Amino acid sequence: MDREAIVETHGLSKSYGKQVAVNDLTFDVRVGEIFGFLGPNGSGKTTTLLMLLGLTEPTKGWARVADFDPTKEAIKVKRIVGYIPENIGFYDDMNARENLKFIARLNNTPDSVSSVKIEEALESVGLKEEVEKKVGAYSRGMRQRLGIAEILIKEPSIAFLDEPTLGLDPEGTTRIIDHIRSLSRDKSITILLSSHDLKQVQKIADRIGIMINGRMVAVGPLERLAKEKLGVDDKEISLDDVYMKYFQEVST
Amino acid sequence: MGIGAIFRKELADHFSSYRFIILFALIAMVSLITTYMVGIGLKAELAGLAKPKFVFLMLFTSTGPLFSLVQFVAFFGPLIGLVLGFDSINRERSAGTLSKLASQPIYRDSIINGKFLSGVATVAIMLLSILLVVSGLGLTLIGVVPGIEEVWRIFIYLIISIFYISFWLGVSILFSILFRGIATSALATLAVWIFFSFFVSMGASVVANAVVPLDQATTQDPEMIMGHVRIKRNVSLLSPMQLYNDSTAIIIDPMRKTTGSLVLMGAIERLSSERFERPLTISQSIYVVLPHLITLIAITFICFGFSYYVFMRQEIRPI
Repeated sequence: MDREAIVETHGLSKSYGKQVAVNDLTFDVRVGEIFGFLGPNGSGKTTTLLMLLGLTEPTKGWARVADFDPTKEAIKVKRIVGYIPENIGFYDDMNARENLKFIARLNNTPDSVSSVKIEEALESVGLKEEVEKKVGAYSRGMRQRLGIAEILIKEPSIAFLDEPTLGLDPEGTTRIIDHIRSLSRDKSITILLSSHDLKQVQKIADRIGIMINGRMVAVGPLERLAKEKLGVDDKEISLDDVYMKYFQEVST
Repeated sequence: MGIGAIFRKELADHFSSYRFIILFALIAMVSLITTYMVGIGLKAELAGLAKPKFVFLMLFTSTGPLFSLVQFVAFFGPLIGLVLGFDSINRERSAGTLSKLASQPIYRDSIINGKFLSGVATVAIMLLSILLVVSGLGLTLIGVVPGIEEVWRIFIYLIISIFYISFWLGVSILFSILFRGIATSALATLAVWIFFSFFVSMGASVVANAVVPLDQATTQDPEMIMGHVRIKRNVSLLSPMQLYNDSTAIIIDPMRKTTGSLVLMGAIERLSSERFERPLTISQSIYVVLPHLITLIAITFICFGFSYYVFMRQEIRPI
């Protein structure tokens, strides 16, 4: 059952001078799925997301997000994509409600509409109690949940989440994973989730792509990858095994 | 698109920030004290004399015991622009909010336009309110209602001052784009301000001395003196502060007919000589400093245009 692709890239490459950050990337993300984008730090995941958002121009190749070209139609892409960057930033001297209201205004949502949405979003990510606090006083987990609230307000068709569980304790991680799952199930938002931690991603991802040194080395459902790369059946593989396998392949 | 939201937020940020409150309090205090002293002085000088024309404008130009209000704004105004802008982009960058802003469906230039315009609006509100308060105080002190021409001159002075301070705002926003560190951009803006405020005029003397040296023999020769002064004046026009000083001096004082007068006169002397002179009309005053005004407006736009160009080409990455 192959669904329609909502994100598509072909030969997408980005180099900074001589250094190649993303090398000949071809993959797709299908409508409604959770795509786990895996790879070690510095493998080019963030650069890829930036190219998909039109914040960085590719050196070669092309990308399409919902049939828009991110380089030429950046505004149209940004209208339907919610993006949570790694280390998401908020205005620390404003409270959660003010931060969300600002985002709603930037998205051209009238205050009368957004104020209801904001209360609902804060309720569902469990920040209702802390809403009067300045965001500067928030913990890392709370900031990530506020990021999820931002997605809820924007109601995009796709969400790019860059390392949403980075630096969270196990409980915080579980909460974020649950929220992501409900974004996908209840709001039917397609999710492109980048992480270096396979354990988190394998809980929710429908398909994964593994990126190493700017190249996509494997794409597909985890079971198939495990079988193809390692010859094992179960889901209990670790990313380290896949890396090891890949580096062995490269060296021979 | 999006520029309205950014403008509103930035304006609210400016008005609620401590730095704005401190700056505003400082400027309001100094201008009130200056005006009060100037007003008292004028009242004493003019006691028993027929009130000269344009006495109201003297409130702004008379030096009093310290300095005139016009001189104070010329010196301190750049600091307002610098303080409002030196961290506008790099603070967002280091807080990680810049990449979030850029990923919203807004044009990238609305970020920088909104920030610049909100700074200009803040400066305009600040200057306008101070001029109004000072005028009110002046009214009660001298007891003369300004004529329509005087009001126009003050208004033009206000517009020039807004452009002048906006130039410095543009400089500081440019530095906040170029430098990642907030402390670095603050220091760089201060350095530029000090350079243009003090070192250009010093450098002008050095250049003039080198080109047309004035010594014992030549000080008797008016040609040499004029040449020396001309070079000095032209070099110091490289400084926006000099441009602003020259143009506002003419605009606010109808008796001044040229930016390059060599004769120094005291207040009483000026009063008595002005009784036999005809003042310039506003349009003539503007005409005298038109090149200055155009240059001032041009450098404001060039400076902002350059920041715009740099910002649009920069890559915004989350850190």
